[in-house]
Amino acid sequence: MKAKNKLGLVFFPAFDWAISRTHPEREERLLYTMDQLLEEGVRDIEGIEFHNPEIASNKDIERTHFVVPTVDDRLTQSHKVSIGGTIKAFNLVMENKVDKAFALVRPPGHHAHTVVYGDRGFCIANVEAVALEHIRAKHGKLKVAIVDTDCHHGDGTEDIYWNDPDTLVISFHQDGRTLYPGTGDVHESGGPAAFGYNVNIPLPPQTGEEGFLYVLDNVVMPILDEYQPDLIINSAGQDNHYSDPITNMNFTAQGYAVLNDRLNPDIAVLEGGYSIEGALPYVNLGIILAMAGLDYSNVHEPDYNPAALRQSHRITDTVKRTCDQVINRWQNKEQLAQKAIGDKEFVKENKNVYYDTDGILSDQQKKFKVCPDCNGYSVIYSSSSQGHKICAINIPLEACSECVNTAYDLYEKSKKDKNYTNVYLQDRVKDEYFS
Amino acid sequence: MYLGIDVGGTNIDGVILEAGKLLKTEKLPIGNDLLEAINTCLENLLTDIKPNKITRINLSTTISTNAIVEKQTPPVGLILQTGPGIAHDFSAISEQIEYISGYVDHRGKLIMELNQDEVIASLKSLKTNKFENLAVVTKFSTRNLMAEEKIYNLAKADFSNISLGHEISGKLNFPRRVNSAVLNSAVMQIFSDFAKQIVKGLGTKNIDAPINILKADGGTMTLEQGVDKPVETILSGPAASFMGIMALLENEEDAILMDIGGTTTDIFFVVDKNPLFEPLGAEIDGHKTLVRALYVHSVGLGGDSAIILENDQLKIGPRRLGKPMAMGGDYPTPTDAMIHLGKLDVGNKEQAQVAMNQLATELNCSSKEIAEQILENFADRLKVEVDQSLEIINNKPLYTVREVLEDKKLEPQEIRLIGGPAAILSKYVEQSFELKTIYPQDFSVANAIGAALAIPSFETNLIADTGRDILSVPELSIYEQISRRYDLTDAKKLVIEELEKSGYEAEIVEEESFNMVDGFRENQNIRIKAQIKPGLEYSLVKEQS
Repeated sequence: MKAKNKLGLVFFPAFDWAISRTHPEREERLLYTMDQLLEEGVRDIEGIEFHNPEIASNKDIERTHFVVPTVDDRLTQSHKVSIGGTIKAFNLVMENKVDKAFALVRPPGHHAHTVVYGDRGFCIANVEAVALEHIRAKHGKLKVAIVDTDCHHGDGTEDIYWNDPDTLVISFHQDGRTLYPGTGDVHESGGPAAFGYNVNIPLPPQTGEEGFLYVLDNVVMPILDEYQPDLIINSAGQDNHYSDPITNMNFTAQGYAVLNDRLNPDIAVLEGGYSIEGALPYVNLGIILAMAGLDYSNVHEPDYNPAALRQSHRITDTVKRTCDQVINRWQNKEQLAQKAIGDKEFVKENKNVYYDTDGILSDQQKKFKVCPDCNGYSVIYSSSSQGHKICAINIPLEACSECVNTAYDLYEKSKKDKNYTNVYLQDRVKDEYFS
Repeated sequence: MYLGIDVGGTNIDGVILEAGKLLKTEKLPIGNDLLEAINTCLENLLTDIKPNKITRINLSTTISTNAIVEKQTPPVGLILQTGPGIAHDFSAISEQIEYISGYVDHRGKLIMELNQDEVIASLKSLKTNKFENLAVVTKFSTRNLMAEEKIYNLAKADFSNISLGHEISGKLNFPRRVNSAVLNSAVMQIFSDFAKQIVKGLGTKNIDAPINILKADGGTMTLEQGVDKPVETILSGPAASFMGIMALLENEEDAILMDIGGTTTDIFFVVDKNPLFEPLGAEIDGHKTLVRALYVHSVGLGGDSAIILENDQLKIGPRRLGKPMAMGGDYPTPTDAMIHLGKLDVGNKEQAQVAMNQLATELNCSSKEIAEQILENFADRLKVEVDQSLEIINNKPLYTVREVLEDKKLEPQEIRLIGGPAAILSKYVEQSFELKTIYPQDFSVANAIGAALAIPSFETNLIADTGRDILSVPELSIYEQISRRYDLTDAKKLVIEELEKSGYEAEIVEEESFNMVDGFRENQNIRIKAQIKPGLEYSLVKEQS
């Protein structure tokens, strides 16, 4: 058996790490996936290579996140290995060692926001964002589409790429009114430099294969065709599965395999998915075969019953309506942006972010400079229930000199301000990070 | 007294060892009749030796390997229960494959019972097509053997040689389990006939010492075990040479071991004084198996490899195209270079000169220079191959944070050589690798010594699931009910006790206990890999020095 696409697998089950003894994110999570892959003989398939993770550096994490107070205070070695595994997957593809790569690593990352006070939704650092910015720092500008196929809205990824037009973020997920983290509405469109490049498709509970593939064919693929990314990343959560214990969807291993076949991502990164016995072994196998270009038609759950999982007409109608709305907004994003931003010099946004796993509450105000010459510097003012009060400044890649100078002036000024416990500066132009 | 016999490609070597000393050696060509050669070898060894002094006979034989490689094995019918998953193609290994329904999942839970009528129809079809050998493999049978057992009971009356997947190995890998089971059935008759002949031959010589067979992992098993699982005897040849090097040279550092022959060089590694194994199992004739085997990287590079010029570059091997020119062959070889440099005193020196001149004229340098270059090039090629191996070895999957942080890499500190050109090449190897290189003074019967001194080895994979109250150790045919309080300590104790019934020390290789959460209950999923590791009864190093 030979893979059509050379696929690099960074399989890192972290068999010695858990959030807690009985937490869904525990040692056992990828045990049965490993068993299934071993028994199926995946390691013997020509063209599928297993690679080991590296350990991410603090600089890698500081490039994407403001970690309060510091990286070493919040991240364990396990997080750095999980991120390092994702970086490895990205490097394999960028260095043309493989055609595609799948980082099967834990802990996951897509709920991790720019500012990290602690763990939220089982995530501390956004593994694919850190990996993506790692390769951008190394290889320069890249136009990238992240398609988040996890059942939960990829709110961390949305937050990180909110103002970056070079990173199109598409997330389809169970409607936020019925599931954590509650966000992911179609109207969340992006910051002033990237308005319209954040695309959410909330789906009703009980959506099945038909609905997911409808979204893929009628929203995701047309938008990708128009956007023409250099790289497609699947933020591959597996909790849309019918057997997942913490969600309410009806997706399947076959469905995930078909989805990856059609989406044709360059890189996939494991996110959530907690039906560790009934779903993950089959979904992961399906994704691996689809990415490798191998026959996946016989991959399904032992109790797979397509008839029982068929979605109702009501769901089909709701999904279609949402898709129409999303496509409409995509096609009119310039007019919508003009209406939302107008001739403002700054765009300010406020939100509260709860770091649920660690029980930390924070308020965050984001201030984006609307700059005609670059994406504009931005500042986050935030305070947390643990007593931190921070000022975090970001200079984006290819920032104009005026934005760079203003950001540095603001950083120097803020450092002297005794109100702040921590002041940060991310200088993406020079790839230097201060705190 | 230990008696050891190694059946090689062309020669059969035999030794008798007593109290750490080499007492007798024997070397003779095999000819056409392997059994006759073995018997002659035994007879010669046993002259002046009382048969009852022999306490153990260890035999390394190529019988299974050759039967498979030369495609002399009878056809094997195959019954498979694959369930959902990858659609593997097994047509290369079996002439008739019967797929049956039913499925067991990764935890060994029965999802769908097999259909007895279907099995009976399959068996009937195989019987009609005159199959006498059968292999039966179901997916995850190491977790739940019921389906294979049921099929066995329906088949046993009609087939003479039957192999069941779960009896082959406790490791997960369905395609390899299928290949291993088929190959096992394929060589069962051949090996069992061979065993009978050996026992008969020894009987006539009044020897009743236990007979052991060398396995691909460098350990031995009893002849009876060999009859049940003859597939374990494949590739025992390289294992004998590995054990031979271990017996003849000090084993302290992590090392590269090389057996440099006429046609090929076998490369092995030693880590923490132990052999390095193939991660999943041996590969034979293109078939990947679950047979535990020493890691061996065979390179088409030896003293008699043909040398040709390719774009003004010396290319040694990978093929042997007849003898060295000094022995009457048509192509220059490294052996010719050694003769020309006065390092080897065999063959026709003038012809060796002609060989070197041929290359020297083309490359515009002296014949001595070219001969030196050939030997340097030989060593450099070995280094390239070793580096390739090390890269693969050092990239073996890591599954825990601790492993990643420790980042243990295999970095050999010395090189140990045996084989014809070893003494001459050692200087070049040392220069190319920049590592201390040693070789034994006399290695002519190294493989037989290795075979004679090898001790039994055994590997087991235990899995216990307190949620389902079951425990299994397929290699020991242990399938037990356990209590919900069963834990890692109990499991380790069980497997060590069982293994040490053999009289040899056992060790735990891997141990893990996963907390499973089933609703409101917590259960344990315990996994243990344990072994009696391959080793030597004693080493001959002291005698050498």
